[in-house]
Amino acid sequence: MSAGTMSLEQVQRAMAAAVMQPLTEDEQMRSTAADGRSMAAIAESLIAPNSRLSSFERLEIYNRQYWFRVLGALAEDFSALRAVVGARAFEAISVAYLTEHPSRSFTLRNLGSKLPEWLAQHPQMAGRRHRLAVDIARVEWAFVEAFDGAEHDPLTAEQIATLDGGSRLALQPHLRLLALEYPADEVVRGLHAGEKRQASEAGIASEEIEEAPAALPGIRRRPAWVAAHRVEHAVYYKRLRREEFVTLRCLSEGKPLADAIAAGFAESRLNEVQTARCLRAWFANWAELGWLCAPELELLMEGM
Amino acid sequence: MAGNRFNAYQDHGVGIGLRIPHYAHIFARKPVVDWFEIISENFMIDGGRPLAMLDRILEQYRVVQHGVSMYFGSVTPPDPEHLRRLKQLVRRTGTPWLSDHLCWGSVDGTYTHDLLPLPYTWEAVERTAERVRMVQDYLEIPVAVENVSSYAAFTSSQMTEWEFLTEVVERADCGILLDVNNIYVSAMNHEFDAMEYVNAVPAHRVAQIHIAGHSKYEKYILDTHDHPVIDPVWDLYARAIERCGPTPTLLEWDDRIPSFDEVHAEAKKAERYLHPQAATLTEAVG
Repeated sequence: MSAGTMSLEQVQRAMAAAVMQPLTEDEQMRSTAADGRSMAAIAESLIAPNSRLSSFERLEIYNRQYWFRVLGALAEDFSALRAVVGARAFEAISVAYLTEHPSRSFTLRNLGSKLPEWLAQHPQMAGRRHRLAVDIARVEWAFVEAFDGAEHDPLTAEQIATLDGGSRLALQPHLRLLALEYPADEVVRGLHAGEKRQASEAGIASEEIEEAPAALPGIRRRPAWVAAHRVEHAVYYKRLRREEFVTLRCLSEGKPLADAIAAGFAESRLNEVQTARCLRAWFANWAELGWLCAPELELLMEGM
Repeated sequence: MAGNRFNAYQDHGVGIGLRIPHYAHIFARKPVVDWFEIISENFMIDGGRPLAMLDRILEQYRVVQHGVSMYFGSVTPPDPEHLRRLKQLVRRTGTPWLSDHLCWGSVDGTYTHDLLPLPYTWEAVERTAERVRMVQDYLEIPVAVENVSSYAAFTSSQMTEWEFLTEVVERADCGILLDVNNIYVSAMNHEFDAMEYVNAVPAHRVAQIHIAGHSKYEKYILDTHDHPVIDPVWDLYARAIERCGPTPTLLEWDDRIPSFDEVHAEAKKAERYLHPQAATLTEAVG
């Protein structure tokens, strides 16, 4: 079918499929489409040549631009993941991920939203560092969300003092809670500190990074509980005790305060005195950081 | 006459794009700038530093919104969440008009994040004009559509790009953001006369003008916004001003961004054409 007999919708579907088809290893447009048709024939049906470029070459400009743009955007948001798996593996991850999950959002900010989950399901893409890579991807995505997430009015100290066991709370929307298998927050912090970083509107732009996987001396598998959060427009990673993490997660799920605390300390070895001391310290800290907010009205209604 | 109904009768002068590398300079030195253009999508978020920086800018400067993902020519209807966030930002900035591109870039909910050219067909005219009108009605401010740089032309096109632009804006009753650098780039890539394009544009609908630099490759030109404006583009700009009268003008510089002063000085060259008498006087006085 030629473009002359195609509807606008058909033209757009055909061109989008061509533009979003992965490039060859030497960054050229492939000679055949996914369905086996000749890309030259597809290009000629859509695009007119000029005196210098064939239809194929003109379509190829857009094919290359698409991949350079989306690969660049992912590399900005996941610069530590790129460093840990190496540039070559990261590009393979990015192409495979974006082929399965092309952007479904008007903003490139959301391009990597499914990458941590996708990487967890594709262990072959990251080799022996797979679990670490997944944790790093989660930490880096948490940074994106903490960077520009909403900020609600926190509860005041007076309001916190009136809470009881039945109280339901919400956490700051920009707060992200992570249960990690590796201390990936340290790895990310270390790798980011080694870069010359410049904040972009939705994330971070990375400068040149080593092409081979970065050396990570001393990195060992040990669980870590981390909060990614924002203070004065800057994102921080804060280590949590497991009990603190579980309590916060239960609060974020809408559980009453007493239930959240009970869940938090269910498997704890802390005695009552230590537990009480921890709770006092945590609440003081959460209040200082402005993490506790009033829940949405719908959540309150659910609990009634 | 200063301005027209497509730019809310604003005589904004010469602006530059608001870019992160310039924030420190702007906040420390508070330079006199007629206005800043922001990329809407960078601020259609829930919170954090970008919005805080924008609010600081809004305290001292006029801001006009420019979008990159409305895709007026896409057949798939726009994402309601996109429109909701855009309107929220319009309320925040008080932008007197808003622009986005005469292109498409998404289909069936999948986004290419590129400004893809449209086939210049009557079907595309109808659909694009309908979408521009819908967005304009929803946002309740004037909308201007920008001609894009393109590297491919469709076999199915039934008219020239400037005829297509004219048909769309007349049917949508909207403004034009005339990008004279894009006209130059497309003229080189498609082998047409750029001046013929500028001469054909409905001048009374031009709400704003973009100027920029580009990159020349062996067989085509790419719209990279990483160089100063070249003389042939200034010639197109001069002709556009001759036809449209003084029009809000914006220099785009998005890659390999030089210092604020360098970008601003490049933009201010537009004043030679906007206010030729003042420029001559300044030169004479020294």
